[in-house]
Amino acid sequence: MIKGDSAPQGVRETPPPARKTLTIRERVIPVLISVISVVVVFGFAAYFITRAEQWPRIKLQFFNLNAIKEAFPSVARGFLVNMRVWIISLGAIAIWALILAIFRSLNGPWFAPLRVFTVVYIDLFRGLPSLLLVLLFGFGVPALHIPGLPKTSLFWGATAMVLSYSAYAAEVYRSGMEAVHDGQRAAAKALGLSQWQTLRHAIVPQAVRNVLPALLNLAVALQKDVALLSVIGVRDAVREAQIYTAKTFNYSSLIAAALLFLMATIPLARFTDYVAKKDRQRRLQRTV
Amino acid sequence: MDKISIENVTKYYGSNLVLDGVDLSVKEHEVVCLIGASGSGKSTLLRCINKLVDFDYGTIKLDGVSIDDPQFGKRELHKRIGIVFQSYNLFPHMNVLENIMLAPCKVHKVPSKEIREKAYELLDLFGMKGFEKAYPEQMSGGQQQRVALVRALATNPDVLLLDEVTAALDPELIGGVLKIIKDLKTKGMTMVIVTHEMGFARDVADQVCFLEGGIILEQDNPHNLFSNPQHPRTRQFLQRIIEAGRL
Repeated sequence: MIKGDSAPQGVRETPPPARKTLTIRERVIPVLISVISVVVVFGFAAYFITRAEQWPRIKLQFFNLNAIKEAFPSVARGFLVNMRVWIISLGAIAIWALILAIFRSLNGPWFAPLRVFTVVYIDLFRGLPSLLLVLLFGFGVPALHIPGLPKTSLFWGATAMVLSYSAYAAEVYRSGMEAVHDGQRAAAKALGLSQWQTLRHAIVPQAVRNVLPALLNLAVALQKDVALLSVIGVRDAVREAQIYTAKTFNYSSLIAAALLFLMATIPLARFTDYVAKKDRQRRLQRTV
Repeated sequence: MDKISIENVTKYYGSNLVLDGVDLSVKEHEVVCLIGASGSGKSTLLRCINKLVDFDYGTIKLDGVSIDDPQFGKRELHKRIGIVFQSYNLFPHMNVLENIMLAPCKVHKVPSKEIREKAYELLDLFGMKGFEKAYPEQMSGGQQQRVALVRALATNPDVLLLDEVTAALDPELIGGVLKIIKDLKTKGMTMVIVTHEMGFARDVADQVCFLEGGIILEQDNPHNLFSNPQHPRTRQFLQRIIEAGRL
């Protein structure tokens, strides 16, 4: 065990006195108020919505259980495409954005072209709507018929997402690298580490740890934005839902897709919160 | 021959003159303490010696060879001059052993078995046995500073630079670190020390330099400098230190 220098190990015979115990009333009443107020507010909302004149039509068009059941298999199959694109893009973005951030942080006149490239790249891809990029790459590049390059719109649509999101992620990495204390660079230099070794061993590992919550936040955003690929004909969840809607004039299939997306994004968002909380605790611990 | 000779070193931060033609020589096995108020240039001077700070004019020589000489290349200088900082600056994502072994293995290509043995030996010597796998945030300031000392000594440097190494420590923990530095002196380590611990400077130093406004205002052996300072500014500085109960 690691304890203070030579300080005696704290020998504590009796546990410290517990905090003032709350009476049942003090404990129960706040909970009761919360529960009742939530039930009342949402109950009223539900009551008025379902009493509305248009409600039966809304229910039929959007929350039609039979339609949802019918559309579900194809929407779920499409959703798997979404998730596959998401995972692969996520990996590519994590790596490519880190490379961009490293390019941008390199000092010395010889690296000027890399720095300029990164600045232009980030300005460009952060400034363009993802939808425009998806259309441009997904329809445009396959139309060029360049031999040796993949021709599927799925590939090029995913590439557009990677290019676009990497610009954001690179900036996130960069902020993390800048947040690493100057003393770390001084220590690395004093030990004789080269610029590359300093990045590789000292700066980047700390930077990644610093920005993990922010990166996960981007991952949540990407998880739903991969649905943009539906506009270039990729048969993802949204596309499948639209196909069903076009056949039946019922929008419940879109609700099915929406539920699937929420099932994926909400747990990831909670996980992000958890990581962010851990990160905050770690930082607090260090300053104490 | 002098181990380190500093000749006319001048440094500007922008238009602000922080070192104004400093001359100083340090002999082999000698311990030189730099004292003075904050902003007097003592830390900057120390950091010029291992090129953490680039100076504008003058030369610094190690064993008679300029530190800018290609002979030192990019790495040799840092192998021969170790530095320990006030804020330890251990790498927080690496454990003690990884912190110590990083530079010897990756930069100086020392076989890892050899450096591991050296690390264990030094940790044991500094009372840090059993901490090999601990991470910096799990240790007290005094323990981190001892690990930082081991890290600086792992490449067998000829010269050790110490930049206010006890300034961030609890009073209780200062003693342990200072004792290690005294032991290093008895082993013949050449050291340049920036410190606010005047009692320690008096004990350990062969020469004490009082810096003010980027020049060495007074330089003498500790006995003379502390008991019979010549310059009025030195007297004033030491008087304040005594009033603050630090001497």
